[in-house]
Amino acid sequence: MAPVEFVKVRKSFGATPIIKGVDIDIADGEFVILVGPSGCGKSTLLRMLAGLENITAGEIRIGGRVVNKMPPKERDIAMVFQNYALYPHMTVAENMGFSLLMNGIPKSGIEAKVRPAAEILGLTNLLDRYPRQLSGGQRQRVAMGRAIVRNPQVFLFDEPLSNLDAKLRVQMRVEIKELHQRLKTTTVYVTHDQIEAMTMADKIVVMHDGIVEQVGAPLDLYDRPNNLFVAGFIGSPAMNMIDGTISPSDPKVFLTGDGTALPLAKPVDAANGKALVYGLRPEHVRFDPNGIPATVVVTEPTGAETLVIARLGGSDLTLVFHERILVNPGDTLRIAINEAAVHVFDRATGQRL
Amino acid sequence: MTSSSTTAEPERSGTILSRFNNSRNALGIIFMLPAAIFLIGFLTYPLGLGVWLGFTDTRIGRAGDFIGLENYAYLMDDQVFWLSVFNTVVYTVIASILKFVLGLWLALILNEKLPYKSFFRAIVLLPWVVPTVLSALAFWWIYDAQFSILSWSLMKLGLIDTPINFLGDPLNARLSVIAANVWRGIPFVAISLLAGLQTIPVSLQEAASLDGATPWKRFRYVTLPMLTPIIAVVMTFSVLFTFTDFQLIYVLTKGGPVNATHLMATLSFQRGIPGGQLGEGAAIAVSMIPFLLAAILFSFFGLQRRKWQQGGQD
Ligand SMILES: Nc1ncnc2c1ncn2[C@@H]1O[C@H](COP(=O)(O)OP(=O)(O)O)[C@@H](O)[C@H]1O
Ligand SMILES: [Mg+2]
Repeated sequence: MAPVEFVKVRKSFGATPIIKGVDIDIADGEFVILVGPSGCGKSTLLRMLAGLENITAGEIRIGGRVVNKMPPKERDIAMVFQNYALYPHMTVAENMGFSLLMNGIPKSGIEAKVRPAAEILGLTNLLDRYPRQLSGGQRQRVAMGRAIVRNPQVFLFDEPLSNLDAKLRVQMRVEIKELHQRLKTTTVYVTHDQIEAMTMADKIVVMHDGIVEQVGAPLDLYDRPNNLFVAGFIGSPAMNMIDGTISPSDPKVFLTGDGTALPLAKPVDAANGKALVYGLRPEHVRFDPNGIPATVVVTEPTGAETLVIARLGGSDLTLVFHERILVNPGDTLRIAINEAAVHVFDRATGQRL
Repeated sequence: MTSSSTTAEPERSGTILSRFNNSRNALGIIFMLPAAIFLIGFLTYPLGLGVWLGFTDTRIGRAGDFIGLENYAYLMDDQVFWLSVFNTVVYTVIASILKFVLGLWLALILNEKLPYKSFFRAIVLLPWVVPTVLSALAFWWIYDAQFSILSWSLMKLGLIDTPINFLGDPLNARLSVIAANVWRGIPFVAISLLAGLQTIPVSLQEAASLDGATPWKRFRYVTLPMLTPIIAVVMTFSVLFTFTDFQLIYVLTKGGPVNATHLMATLSFQRGIPGGQLGEGAAIAVSMIPFLLAAILFSFFGLQRRKWQQGGQD
């Protein structure tokens, strides 16, 4: 167990900068998730931490020690690869015990460590199988087993669930989280799936195009996104973003392109005519007979809630209602906006005002 | 659907031709016939003829009579034949081991991130694409008793005083032909193993290095076991090629000095064609079959899919 720090870390492949100055502090025992769209550099950052890619500039520290030049085998890190990277010619037991064998631990000692790990992961009956004879979920567990027998300083996961079906993914999400609560090992977990990030992380690092957009607890990011990218990336269904300006007559009114007035909780200080974005989460609306009219385009009842796509102020908004409502496409819906939960962003810089 | 299947019914049970068309077995035989004729005509017939000749006293220009195992009985007491067996085994074993070790080493180097990688890979293939006779002639010159570039270089370096008698001395001659065979055979081994190395996912090497394996242990525990199926194929072919080698020896030494480099293939040719004893030559060639069969069986068992390669549930 150890804290991990990234200090002004940069990485270029040839002349192409991929990681453009990343600072992240990860506390001892924390479960941190790096999340961002594909190609934003998450895996690269993780591989730099593991020692599989060299570091172009900056520093990475594990347990206070700079590891920039340290080879992977000395970093005391275990990694679960996206494709699991199980040794096909070794049984489950041999796969799990391989790192112990490499570190010169005698056979009896390996056995004594592999058994309990296999029990934790429910692999006891599969110890003599080869990876080929396992299902995707079982392979995933073996990859995790290989990581936990070592009791390393840091666990790294690179999209470990992306090859599993949806149901198994939900189940493994719970298991990984339980495992972390049991072992309390510092964990860095990479995913492009914001739901995984929201449900599992102590702390989320949102990455985009080689930089860190925002770091924070899941609900902090949800409630107070720093910028348009984070606002759009975190949350499902995604936040509605409506272009417009502040009303010249009333700083507590937001005017959409077609002149619809939307309410704000407090006056926004923005130059006259400055392009802004009105950010509204789908669930921050309710019915109100005196509210703003919106035209229903599509309804999607899911049972627990009803999703309505409605046209308002020139754009299609996604709205979520917890009651079952019966509306048809073309109907007019009157809604009130929970203006305290609305965010206003600067269109040009993307920053929240 | 229903209407179309009812209209198709009478057609199907119609003419003999259409019934024939629908019979999988008959069609299968027809399609396989050309290949079967080809196989029997061009592969089995010469082999069968060779085996038959071994049981006759055929000479060039005279049809022979069946003489049973007389040729083989004669060979049993023939010192030169046994010397050629010994030479062939030594030649095959030493050359194959060297080709394997050097080829694997070269493959490992070429698998690293090298500058001008494709250039080096092309270079490595050169000895193999050059016609054997041409490279054998080049070696003949390199091993020349007076004008050898090797002798010349060593003399210039002051390491030796007189030219080395490469092909005139039995031991030197054996080593020389082995060296030439190794030079020629390395590319096949190296490029095949390189192809094998490239099928091993990089992430396995990465996982092993995170698991604390040194480069040597990564090779020993990950690379080598995963490469064994390909090594088995490549080395079987390499052994077969080496065991039946003819051209190199024939150009370099013609089996000399005093039969020290005669292989079974060259002896068979010499007795059969220049010597005119077709029956005896064929018998020598046939004697190679048990050895080759042993090599093939060895690889058959070596090649059987290993447990870890088998898919599915148990
Ligand atoms: N070895 C490499 N050489 C060149 N470019 C690379 C290499 N590895 C990754 N990249 C590039 O770096 C960017 C980030 O990749 P990656 O870290 O794998 O993204 P992510 O894991 O976030 O999807 C991508 O644009 C990818 O093309
Ligand atoms: Mg990735």
